[in-house]
Parts: sequence; structure tokens; C-alpha cells
Amino acid sequence: MKVAVIRFPGANCDQDALHALRDDAHIDAEYVWHEDHSLRGYDAALLPGGFTYGDYLRCGAMAAGAPILDEVARFAREGRPVIGVCNGFQILCEAGLLPGALMANAKQKFLCRDVHLQAVNRSSFWTRGVTKTLRMPIAHLEGRYVADPDTICRLEDEDRIAFRYVPGPGESPEDANPNGATHAIAGVLNEKGNVLGIMPHPERATRKILGSDDGLLILRALCAAKAAA
Amino acid sequence: MTTAIAPEVYTAMGLNGLEFNRIVELLGRVPSHTELGMFAVMWSEHCGYKYSRPVLAAFKRYKEALEGSGLENAGIVDIGDGLGVTMKIESHNHPSAVEPYQGAATGVGGIIRDILTMGARPIACLDSLRFGPIVDGEAEPAVVDRNRYLFEHVVAGIGGYGNCVGVPTVAGEVAFHPRYSGNPLVNAMCVGILRLDEIATAAAAGPGNPVVYLGSATGRDGIHGATFASDTLGEDNDAKRPNVQIGDPFAEKLLIEATLDALQTGAVVAIQDMGAAGLTCSTVEMSSKGGVGMAIDLDLVPAREADLSGYELMLSESQERMLAVAKAGREAELIAAFERWGLKAVVIGRVTDDGLVAVRRHGEIVANVAAKALTDHCPTYTNEKRPSAAFERAARFDPGSLPALDPNYALLRLLGHPDLASKRWVFRQFDQQVQTQTALVSGAGDAAVLAPRGTRKGLAVKIDGNARQTYLHPRRGGKLAVAEAARNVACTGAKPVAITDGLNFGNPQLPHVYWQFDEAVRGIAEAAEVLGTPVISGNVSFYNQSDLGEVLPTPLIGMLGVMDDVECRLPLSPPPGNGLLALVSVPFVLSDQRGLGASAYAALACGVEDGYPEEPNLEGERALAEFLVGAASERRLISAHDSSEGGLAVALAEIAVVGGHAIEANLQGEAIPALFGERPGQVVLSVANEAAITWLASQARSRGLELGKIGTYREGTGLAIQVEDKTAIRLEGDALQSAYDYAIPNLMGH
Repeated sequence: MKVAVIRFPGANCDQDALHALRDDAHIDAEYVWHEDHSLRGYDAALLPGGFTYGDYLRCGAMAAGAPILDEVARFAREGRPVIGVCNGFQILCEAGLLPGALMANAKQKFLCRDVHLQAVNRSSFWTRGVTKTLRMPIAHLEGRYVADPDTICRLEDEDRIAFRYVPGPGESPEDANPNGATHAIAGVLNEKGNVLGIMPHPERATRKILGSDDGLLILRALCAAKAAA
Repeated sequence: MTTAIAPEVYTAMGLNGLEFNRIVELLGRVPSHTELGMFAVMWSEHCGYKYSRPVLAAFKRYKEALEGSGLENAGIVDIGDGLGVTMKIESHNHPSAVEPYQGAATGVGGIIRDILTMGARPIACLDSLRFGPIVDGEAEPAVVDRNRYLFEHVVAGIGGYGNCVGVPTVAGEVAFHPRYSGNPLVNAMCVGILRLDEIATAAAAGPGNPVVYLGSATGRDGIHGATFASDTLGEDNDAKRPNVQIGDPFAEKLLIEATLDALQTGAVVAIQDMGAAGLTCSTVEMSSKGGVGMAIDLDLVPAREADLSGYELMLSESQERMLAVAKAGREAELIAAFERWGLKAVVIGRVTDDGLVAVRRHGEIVANVAAKALTDHCPTYTNEKRPSAAFERAARFDPGSLPALDPNYALLRLLGHPDLASKRWVFRQFDQQVQTQTALVSGAGDAAVLAPRGTRKGLAVKIDGNARQTYLHPRRGGKLAVAEAARNVACTGAKPVAITDGLNFGNPQLPHVYWQFDEAVRGIAEAAEVLGTPVISGNVSFYNQSDLGEVLPTPLIGMLGVMDDVECRLPLSPPPGNGLLALVSVPFVLSDQRGLGASAYAALACGVEDGYPEEPNLEGERALAEFLVGAASERRLISAHDSSEGGLAVALAEIAVVGGHAIEANLQGEAIPALFGERPGQVVLSVANEAAITWLASQARSRGLELGKIGTYREGTGLAIQVEDKTAIRLEGDALQSAYDYAIPNLMGH
């Protein structure tokens, strides 16, 4: 079992993701350069957060055209696990591997804080191990998930809402949804359930010293990857 | 190349007649236009430290460095495990006054590159900000609006750059005062970590070695930025907008990764940031430090526009650029590391052995100057010093003259003032956790704590300054800033080990400003000596004045602390639960100003900015830090929070609000001084039980400190404080929270 952490220029969570997988989740992981053309030898792919290509055209738009994305798309088709975190989620949407888009936060400001999450889908590769409320950080300017009403209905009907923001202790529902995302959606799945896009950062919540290790509940799904693939 | 130069030309560049004559003398001829520009930027206060150098000799390590091999970009602290930490502060005040987003953003970019060129990976940024009032009625409506605009965009600029570049902004401070209305202060600090056997140098060496230009192309932005920084702000601010550089954090992120990769090849002899004064500063300083020269061909410099003159190329402050010297024959390794990240790396010249920086443009020599003439022969000035009128007045302050306020009202007023209120509105706009080494985030502790990979140790970092105290008593202000920063770091359980300072003052040619500067520096130096925290790097920013007045003297202290086991770090407020509160104090004789001189209570609740802050007991502060570090490492403490602005009442309220606790406390003494007096050297501790207090009290006694129980905390909300068993403060949690948490969001409209 080996995870490819895709390295894009301007991504800044690639090193964090590699360390979280290797050191904390104890999963073998390596960098794969954005200009590479093959994911041969890997079982899963992680698209990290950051500001790929400076987010200059539109968040994730340029990374979605990187050579390695053809291979990420193949993984998605073949049912292999793919996870995009934050900017990685934006890339997956731009690449058409997930529906919808991430727009500027309702308050038009970058927001870095802890959020609470509940898994809505409880049966997919990524969410079946998540039975409790998770706490982990967000850090984004463009994280408000939106899609047309038909898409939102389809996502709900097909049980493809991976995570929703929920109130933490003493928190109001309005404060719980940090960016004004439609139906408080924090993460969505593709049709097969093997591709997850998520705005909060599980790789930042893998040790108690960082404030939470709840992110391991998501990342450790990868331990089961080989059997699933 | 020798035509006569009219005085208007060099005075427009910021040089005076004496300085011009010295240049002619050094060269033995009239300088070329490009040479004159090079002298003007290298001899600006920003690069040349004309006025500050004689005073900064009060810092021991600075003096040693000046007398020894020369100052490097920043000092390095050995933290054990083969690791070193480096840190530095840089101001970007004038650019931020004119173009707040880019001014602040490029300030962050510049300080990150300073750390990077030491061979260190930048692991944290901090910032210290000063603006004019944002509260209606504290200044003219148009001025308040402008201050809010500056605040909003400076914060956005810091976030826009720092978040993208992938360095967490982990701590900072913000304060407001009418004196900053025309001239905000924006100081950025960066902390880096490196292996001690991989320190990079800026000293060029090896005649014949190629000089390599790295990073973004050069354009016309920021020409004479360093000179601009060394002038006062005026009505032509808008005209100076082209002096402000434009930041590209994406390029900087690539520069970080490419530089660290390039340094790993072993092909790099020396490297330096191209920051203030751009190519001039980097070629000249690298040559001077190495005792060599450089022959540079400007035609080879990557340029955004074809028609840039030699003068423009040498003086541009385009961002995200660096200069390196490679080992001859190995430049391809350096170039490959940069091209992999999509960055330019171009050989633009060679190291020479004659000590001259010789610059060609279109085949013609446009400058040919001894590097040492630019770096070592900058004139220094020692000005007349005269105590300020405010200082002389403040000696006569009588705390009895303050109005007798209801303590409940006073506390809510202090908590709800933007100076003391929660800065959550600010720090939530900053990525605090990228790099996943942040063990205590902004607002959770008295300092931020980092857990760097590869060691169990923890690093505590803090930036702090109190301009009101420095304004009224500069010497004490300097000492108190060091004492408080050290105490803050110690409150997290870390031993304070080193300082970087950011010294922001007005026009040094004015006797009272020069006196403030001299006094504050002496105060910092004395406190640094007693606390064992050498000043390892720093920045001086003068001429912070505008048509709205001169800024308060604002020395800032960046403090680094180290703890052996990061798991022992302490927050400022305990996690949910019940327990006891204790107060540990440095032995202290309160002056007859009762700790209310220069206090937040007098200034913000009573509207009286007067009096002297208390003189800190520095030996006692050192003992206090040792006590806190020991008790934290023995895991006898749950949290620690120092009493500073607003005194114990504010400290207790913060513990209640931040942690979500109900607090009851009983203090001794006269009510207002006990609640709001700013007596230095006091820390509120939370502990599990009486046995812990007994143990701590004996530890404190053995270090000459006083420690006793002052109250309890339990699940719930609200604050009740008695003084001498009489109720002084009783406030509901909602009242505290709405004052503290919502003051700034309400003022900023969201």
C-alpha cells in the first residue's frame, strides 16, 4: 500500500500530508511530481492543500491541467482512493472529478479556525470508519461549497455528502458553518465513493499536540486501500 | 562618466552635502549617476544605520559582531539536537502607509527571505501592528475611516502573502493610538530552523566564481524604496506609490523550496536576499563581507522591460529575488534546482579579487566602486539628546487625580477597547497551522508554541511592545518590553533565550526622539543582559512621522524561548474543569504612582495618558521565568497567564473568557491599584489542588518569589473579584464576552 502525494508548485500542505501519512497514520507515502505521467506503483493519490500556481487564474484551475491529473482521473475511474484536501478539493472540482465548486467564503475573508464535522455518508471507502464528531482546522478563502440545486439533490439522494459542518460545544448552527457552504457541506464523494474532496484539513489533525488527532480517522481508511482496489 | 552633479540631484536621493563630498573623496572623482544612487541607498538609514549604529553598540552581541566579522543577516541560537533557530524583525511602515496590502505583504516576503538566506526553513511568522484609532470619536471621522481601511488591508496583505507562501503566522499584537494615524507601523518577524552544520553565508568568496541571479525578473517597482523608508511621510504619499513593491507569494514559495534544494547540492558558496536596495545591496554587501569584488553585467539580468537603465536595474526593489555565488563549474546544479521549480537562475557576473563592484550596462562601465566604501564608510551621526516634555511631565503624575470609576464599568471598557480586546478577527485571517508544527495557536497562550519536527523540544515565540510606557519613560519602556516578552514565553513553560528587536521611532535628528531612542535601547540592553537573552538581530525604522504627528516611540521585542519537552507547554487558560488559581509575584515595592502611571486603566478607561510605568525588578523576572519553566516541566501547572495591560482584573477576565470558566478571586490592597495597577512580574496560575499550591509555594520561596492562592475556576461563565473581602467586580459571562470577543468585529463591520 503506497500513497502518491502529488507535488504541485505552490501547494504548501504537501510536506504536511507526507508526514501525517508516514509518521502519524503509518502509511507508506511518496511525492509524485506534477509533471510526471504515471502513478504506476501507487495505490492511492492525495492532492494536498495550498495555492497551486498561486491560485492565479482560479483556485485549482491550472493544477487541473497538470500532466499527472490524467493518472489521477484513471485512479478515480478504476475505483482507487483519491483524496483532495482544501486546494486539492478545488482541483478535483476543476478537473471534473467531483461536482460543484468552491467559492469565496460568505464573509469574503480567509478563515483559519477549528470546525466540527459529521460524516453524512457512513458506507463509503472514506467515511465508513467515521462514527464520531470530528474536530479539525480549516484554512481557506474559497471554501464555500456550491452546486446547482439539481446537483445538490442528486448528491443527497445518492448519499454522496461525505461531511457536514456541525456545531461544536456551545456553538450556534450559523457559527458552525464557517464559510456559508450550501447545506453546510464540508466534503463530497464521487459516484463510486472512492474520490473524496474535503475543505477541512485531516492532515493537520493527526497528533494531540496539534490540538486533535481526529484526522487519522479519515486518513487511516487508506490502510484498507489495497483490499479495496 | 564624470559630469558635475547639482546639489538638487543628491538631495533628492536623500544625501546631504557632507555626504556627497565624502563620496567624491572616497572615489577620487565625481560619482556617476548610478554610483550616486548606490551610495544614496547604501547610506540611507535603512541600510547604513547612520544614526542608530552608535547607539546599538549598547547591545553586546551587536558590538562584538561589528568588531568581528561583521553582521550577518540574522543571528542563530543553538537549541541542541544539532538544530539552530534564527529570527529577525523587519519594518515596512512607509510602504504600508501608502499601499497597505502590498506594503504589508512585501514586508512579510522580505523577512522570510532574510531567514531563508541563512539556510533556514522559515517555520513561523509573527507581526506587530500599530494604527490610529478605529473607535468613532477618538479621531476625526475621515481619519477613523482611513485607519480602519489601513487595518483591514494590512491584515489582508499579511494573510494574503503568508498564507500562500506556506509559513504559519502564529502570533502577533495590535494596538491603536492617535499618533499612528498618519504613519501606521507594520513590523513582520520570521523564525527559521536549520541544521547547525548547514548554515549558509552571505560572504562572497573565490575570485572567478560565478555570481548567479535567482528568482523573479527585475522591473521598475520599488526604486529607491530604502531611501523612501528613510524619509518622513507627507502630502505626496500618493506620488510615492511607485516606490512600493508588488509581492508575488507564489514566486516566494517556489523560491523557498528551490533555495533549500539548491543549498543541499553543496554548490552554493554564498547567498543573500535582494531586498532593500536590490542588486546594489546584495552585490555590495556580499563583496564587502567576503573582502572580494564582483564584475556584473546588467545586460544578463532578467528584466521585465527591455529599456531599464543601469541605474534602474541597480536600484529596483522588485521582489522574490536573491543573489548567490556558486562554486566555479558547479553553477549548473544551482541553476537546475531553480529551473525545476520554474524559476530563473542566470549567471550575471564573476567574483573578482580587487574589492570593486564593477557594473556594466550595454558594454559601458556604469559603476566601479569599492564595496567597502559603500558598507564601511557610511558616516554615522551622534545627535543632541534632550528628555521629552512628556517624560518630564509624567514625573509629577498623581494617581489620586484619576476619576473614581466603577470597577465593573472600567473592566468592560478595557476589555472592549481594541487595544485589549480579542484579536481573533485578525488572527483567524492567518493560516496558523500550515507546516503542522503549531502546538499552541494565537490567543491560546501568552506566546505561540511550535513543535518542530526532528526534536522533542518546543519553541515559544512572542512579539511585544508597549509604546505608551516607552513614550512616558523610554528607559523603563525598553526594560518592560523585554521583561514582558520573557515572561510571556516563560508562561508557556519555555526558557527565554534570545531577542530580536524592531525599533520604530520618529526623526532622529530631533533631540527628544534621539533621546527616546538612546534611552529605550539602553533599557533593552540592560534587561537583555540580566535576563540572559542576547539581542541577536534587529531592525531600526526612523522618520515615522507625518503631517498628523510623530509616532509614539515603539520598540518591539521578538522573544524566543525553548522548552525541553513540548508536551509540557502551558495555555493561558485551563481546559474545561474545576481548579484553583494562584498568583506568583516578583518581590516589588510599588511606587507612589501605584502601578497606574502609563497604565491602560489611566489611558483607556480614564483618558489620562500620564505617569511612569513601574520599574521592573529584572533579577526577580529572571527568577520568575526559572520558576515557571521548572514548574511546567514538573507538570505542576495547568495554565499560566501574566498580568500586563489592565492589571490582574483584565488577566482574570481573559482567563474566564478564553477558557469559558466561572472565576472567583480575592485580591489584597487598595481596590483600583489591586485590580488595574500594572505591577510587573505577576503571573496567574491554574492548578489542580491545594497540594499543588503548597509545592509551588515552596519552590517560589526558594527563588525569592511570593506565591499564594487567589481564587477558583469552575465550569460556567462570569467573573467575581473581591478586594480585601469586599466585592469589587461581578460580571456575567455574556457581558465579558461581548466586550472582549466582539469589540473589533463590531468596529470593522463584520
